[in-house]
Order: sequence, then C-alpha cells, then structure tokens
Amino acid sequence: MTGVIDISAVPASRADATAHVGVSPQPLLEVRDLSLSFATAKGALPITRNVNFTIAPGERVGLVGESGCGKTVTGLSLLRLLPPQSARIQGDILFNGTNLATLSPRRMRAVRGREIAMIFQEPMSALDPVFTVGDQISEAYRIHFPVSRAEGRERAIMALREVGIPAPERRCDEYPHQLSGGMRQRVMIAMALICKPKLLVADEPTTALDVTVQAQITDLLRSLSERTGTALIFITHDLGVVAETCTRMITMYAGEVVEDAPVDDVLTRPRHPYTSGLLRSLPGLSKRRGVLASIPGRVPSPSAMPAGCRFRARCSHAVASCAQNQPMVEIGNGRSARCWRAPELLLPGAVN
Amino acid sequence: MIAAPSSGVNLHMFNSARLRIIGRRLLQAIPVIVLSTFIVFGLLKLVPGDVAVTLAGDNASDQRIAEIRELYGLNQPFFLQYGSWLWKAMHGDLSNSLISNESVLTSIQRCLPHTLLIVALALLTALIIGIPLGIAAATKPGSWIDSIVMAIASLGVAVPNFWLGMLLVAFFSLQLNWLPATGAAPLMKDPWAALSHAILPALALASGGIAEVARQLRSSLVEILSSQQVRTLHAKGLPPSSILWRHGLKNVSVNLLTVVSLLANRMLAATVVVEAVFAIPGMGGLIVNAAMHRDFPVVQGVVFAMVLIVVTLNLLTDILYSVLDPRISS
Repeated sequence: MTGVIDISAVPASRADATAHVGVSPQPLLEVRDLSLSFATAKGALPITRNVNFTIAPGERVGLVGESGCGKTVTGLSLLRLLPPQSARIQGDILFNGTNLATLSPRRMRAVRGREIAMIFQEPMSALDPVFTVGDQISEAYRIHFPVSRAEGRERAIMALREVGIPAPERRCDEYPHQLSGGMRQRVMIAMALICKPKLLVADEPTTALDVTVQAQITDLLRSLSERTGTALIFITHDLGVVAETCTRMITMYAGEVVEDAPVDDVLTRPRHPYTSGLLRSLPGLSKRRGVLASIPGRVPSPSAMPAGCRFRARCSHAVASCAQNQPMVEIGNGRSARCWRAPELLLPGAVN
Repeated sequence: MIAAPSSGVNLHMFNSARLRIIGRRLLQAIPVIVLSTFIVFGLLKLVPGDVAVTLAGDNASDQRIAEIRELYGLNQPFFLQYGSWLWKAMHGDLSNSLISNESVLTSIQRCLPHTLLIVALALLTALIIGIPLGIAAATKPGSWIDSIVMAIASLGVAVPNFWLGMLLVAFFSLQLNWLPATGAAPLMKDPWAALSHAILPALALASGGIAEVARQLRSSLVEILSSQQVRTLHAKGLPPSSILWRHGLKNVSVNLLTVVSLLANRMLAATVVVEAVFAIPGMGGLIVNAAMHRDFPVVQGVVFAMVLIVVTLNLLTDILYSVLDPRISS
C-alpha cells in the first residue's frame, strides 16, 4: 500500500522549509491549472478555473474566501473526494511529483490518509456514530500499516494523547456522541495525523465549534504541524485564524485564485481589492467603534460568470480595462495577484 | 455518560442501562396485554347471536338455555366475566372451547408451530432475497440493476399474497408436482414434510417482505453512502468494500431491524389469509373458525397468545436496537 509516493526526496527536517517560502527546491504539492466542473442536466457547470498554487513541505497555507468561492471543492479535489459521477477534474495535482489527478483509484486510496489527510467542518457528522473513536482511529492506521488489533489500539491511544485528550485509555472506548464538539474535532485530528501524513487539509475545522474551543483547535493544529513537519492547508473564512496559524495566504474568489502572498505582507498591504475588502471587514482587526466595512454585492453565480475580472462589479477600483481577462500578476517577494492594477493600487490591509 | 464497556465492543448484552430498558418495556407490556384482550372480549360480546342458544342445540327449552348460560358463566356481568377470564389466563388456564371442549391451550399448542414456521420461513426468505437486492441497488443508484430491483420491489408490494399463493400452488404443486399443495405436517415428528409444506405458503407471505426489505435497505444505504461520515472513510483511504460491509451495513442495521420487526408483526396477521389458501391448521384457521362459531374462549386465547408473541418480538427488537446503536442505550 505504501511506497506509491517517493518519500526519499523530502528532507528529514521539513520544518525549516517554512522559513523560505517558495524557495524550496521541490514543492510538496503543486496544483497546476486545476479546473473543476460538475455535470448537471444542463451540461457542465464550471466551479473553479485554472487554480494554481504550490505548498512547500511543512508549510502552512490559509485558503480563504467567501462561501461558494471554491475553497472546499479545491480541498476535496486534492484527495479526489468529490463524487466521481458528477465532478470533472482537469489539470494536474502533483504531489511529490506524482500526478494525483490521473492516479488509479487503488493507488489514490494509498495516498488518502497516508500521505494527505483531511479533516472536516462538522466532526459529529464526519465520524461514524456506531463505532468507538478508538476503532475509527486505529482503523485509519491499520488500513495503511499491517499491525495487530492490539497495536492499532495502542497507537490510537497514543494519538488521542497527542491531541490533548485526557484519559485516552477510557476515551478510546467511547462513541462520538459521548464527546463534546471540541473533543470530536480532536479525535478527527488524531485520526488524520496517525499515519503521519505530509499534508493535512483542514476544511473549516473550527467553524462548527464554540468560540472558546476554536482557538484551542487552531493552536493544536499549528503546534502539531510545527512538531511533525506536516504541511497544512487551512481552508477557512476566518482571516484571524490564518493570521495566527499560517505563513502564507491564498485568496479565492468566484472559483479563481486572486491573490497568493506571505501572511505578514498581505495583512499589511493586500494587492487585490477583494483581499483588501475581506481584511477590512474583519471586526477584530479593524478600528474600534468605526463602521464595519463590507463588500457590496455578492459572489456571481457559477452559471453566470462575468467575462474579464470576476470581481469587477463589486470593486471600487474598477476601470474600463478590467473587462479584459485578468492573469495573475507577479509582484515579487513571492507574491502575485489577479489584478492588472495590483502594482499601482495602494490598498488598506488589516494592520498598518 | 461513562457507561462504556472496557472491551471496546458494545456487546455486553445485559448492562444496567439495557436492563432498565427491558424492565420498562415489560411494564409497558402489561397494559397492552390487558387492553387488547379487553377490547377483543368486548367486541365478542357485541357480536349478534347467543352462543348459549347454539350450544343448547335445536328446539332447546328456555330453561336449558338458561342452564347453559349459568354453566359457562355467560349470565354474569361483563366485567366479572372478563375479570375471571384474565385471572385464569394469568394462571395458565385459558379455559376450554365451548364447541369441542378441548383445552384452548392445547389447541394453541397444536396450531402455533405451523404458523410460526411459516412466519419464520417467510421472514428468512425476505431477508435472504431482500438484503442482496437492496445492497445491489444501493451501490449503483440510478443503474439498470437499481431499476430492476425497484421494479421487483413495487411488484412485490402490489401482488396480493393470497393470489400469489394460488399461482405458486398452480405452478409448483399442480404442474411440477414438486411440493404439496395444501396441509401441514408436525415439525417435530417429520421436519422434512413440515418444511416442504411450509415453503409455498412462506413464499407467498414473503413477497411483500422481500420488497420492503430491498426498498428500505436501498434508501438507507444510499443515504449513508453519500453521508459526510462516509466521506471521512474515503479520506482515510478505506476501500469501498470495507465502507459498505463494515460501516455501511452496521449503520443501516437499525433501520433494517425496524423493517424486520414490523414485517414479523404484519406477517403474523397475514397468516390468516395464507393459511386459508393453503388449508393449514394454524392459528389463523383456529381463530377464524372460533369467531364464526362464537367460541369466545378460543378467540380470546388466540388473541392472548398473539399479543404475547408480538410483545415479546417488540421487546427483543428494543434490546437489539440498543446493541446495534450505542446512542440508544446511553
């Protein structure tokens, strides 16, 4: 089952790669021109268009944008978890040089959970209610490593301890409904990381949780990623979480990547008007007592995408030439934005 | 909260939570039994005609009829009659038939095995055929297999089982001469004869059950297989076969159990018709005959026995629920 992906190319200490964004010789993940569409009765409905990004080993990247911008489907498509009957994937998903987009289902299964793991928004519905959490965690390990039931259980207990669950020997035999929301998400994380994958895709892992628990889960994900060198794709609409957790932020809008930049740079000076709008509508980081900024209008529907810049109708900086198709513009320092005015615009960020 | 067993498997059949459930169900069964027998008793009293007149025979004098009423306690107040029946029933005495004077308990002991055999066989058939059909349809929803299974299911629900029974007899008994057309054989003395007599009636009885099992299993499996918890299983790298057989079936087992329990109850009732078609001396024949001759003790006894069976089945179902779904026992 293992050995599908050549792991020898990855340096032993992956954590240091985070310091040099985009400098790493071989990216862990390289998504090239990924376009997704869903088959409908009226023909193919395009959801995302030419999504490009790379993830270095051990890097933590936030994937942000409004609901419906294509973040989650992009995350799911990395593991090819979209329904195969209706979802069509075009483009390349290169993971350590292997193209996941064309991998056979059998070899894809060897990647899932072992090389790339995923956690989801609602831990209650993401866990099987009729199996104990210990069973479910040890199952995740035993799919990829042929160990005995007893050893699988030992590993599950260890994994539970690592994600900070007290009395893991007892919790191991409990069912998901006996745990709190935060505990369940910890179980999901334990399950996702038990095979020590190189990449973890976290799809809004804190959205369904209590505010008090959200920070704990975010901290846990960051510290586990730092300790184990697991790269992290953090799909969220919570920019605060990205600021705390990630080293780089990719903004998506209407199925396209519109900005890709190191977190510190983008927080102070976003280059795409949409990113700027998102940052300014953050209540926690914007000025107190001021009127909370919002972006007028709404995301265009996938069936009626405008030509040219897709953000044009909502953008206060739009001019006539925005009606042309917008390529990603390289700005330097590992940054790029899908706006031809990016070099000249001076946009407000969240912190100054 | 912390009632979880230490072995990691929820198979402690009789832990305290489960015993509480059983106790509660047994308590609930008492009013069910009393109420149902009381209603039947009352209904029988509403039936026109007088059993004493029948028993006294033609040209009996009024005095003779009064004597018979006296003898069987038929002139006592209604509640007293019911009370004394219930009291005796609780002590295992279901009194005797007014017509044949045979002990009602003996009649039931003679007839019940025939009925139970047919119902058990029909249930088994419904599961053995219905489960694979449901799984086949659910794994490929929208495919031609799915369409065929659903067509079979609709047919199975629509076909009346007495008519199917007659068709089966015409084909397998009269034409092919493979199986006996009517009657029954005692299970203990001649199991093979008993089985060969029971196969056709069981098939006739099972047609609706096959459809029901296939349909319910398909819909609940389709729902589970497209759920978020199954997406997690895919994300773990589990092959589709384990997802279906290990996780899928355990998740839908509760729904399946509900179907089976409802089916068992419905089949017990449907035996009345099927037994008539196949001339089987079972509980259905017994109660129909007794009702026609106003043989109250027999009708009461059969109803009492049936209620006990249904209550037991439901109790068993409840226990199995808590075994299959850990959310129920805690």
